[in-house]
Amino acid sequence: MNHFTPVAATLGGLLLGIASSLLFVANGRILGISGIVGKIPLTTGSDRSWRLVFLAGLLTGGVALLGFDRSMLAFASEQTVPASIAAGLLVGFGTRLGNGCTSGHGLCGVARLSKRSIVATLVFMATGAVTVFVVRHVLHLGGGAS
Amino acid sequence: MKRLVVAYVCGVLFALGLGISGMTHPSKVLAFLDFTGDWDPSLALVMGSGVLVNLVFFRMARRRGAPRLAPSFSLPPRTMVDASLVGGAALFGVGWGLGGFCPGPAIVSVVTGATPVVVFVVSMLASMGAYDALEATAAVRRDGASVR
Repeated sequence: MNHFTPVAATLGGLLLGIASSLLFVANGRILGISGIVGKIPLTTGSDRSWRLVFLAGLLTGGVALLGFDRSMLAFASEQTVPASIAAGLLVGFGTRLGNGCTSGHGLCGVARLSKRSIVATLVFMATGAVTVFVVRHVLHLGGGAS
Repeated sequence: MKRLVVAYVCGVLFALGLGISGMTHPSKVLAFLDFTGDWDPSLALVMGSGVLVNLVFFRMARRRGAPRLAPSFSLPPRTMVDASLVGGAALFGVGWGLGGFCPGPAIVSVVTGATPVVVFVVSMLASMGAYDALEATAAVRRDGASVR
């Protein structure tokens, strides 16, 4: 599973681009998962409904992937519960404080040539790489999930 | 109504893109972040091809002046790099490197019902809520009056 998959990566990436371009061209919205989903409790009316509908689309896509080929989704059975909790807390807080994640900053912001997004993307790539280095090559803990 | 259909379609396409690209597998994400190990460059191609598509269409949309189905673009108001941006991105990166999950793939994978994924997503949502609660109280303190 951990081999370089250039064709699938490119095709999937193009699809991610098409989805985020469509949302921007049609609705004028940035496709950033942490912002769209994270702000559901803070919004009302039509600003909330499109977020809920988008979330429903994500889950529909997930069900479709599961139906097509179960191995397309991770069951992450090797990840321990404490590690999942810590990772979830950091990702949740960090993406709200930094106003975006891999999609909003990485895919959309970088393409908008936003200075903030380019900096954010470099920073989370760097701290992500350092974390993996420490976990795998300093602490010699297992490499995570499925 | 059209806008909702677009939002739904975008959600579905985005989930399929994540699945096809392999980004729903934390192991693939971690293999990309593991520069000194058995490095897998796939994530760079995913990002690269996605950004390329967006470069073209975002530019076209901005040149047109307005989105097709909305009166104006909703863009983040802040343009300056500040401590919150850098600190937030840094924390996010640590969490990403720990679990191999960023918000999109985790939410899509929640349909598996697998315990670690559900635990991750619940923690993530709780943490987002905690941030918003802190931010709301800080805003009240800053402005002296109620903000929301």
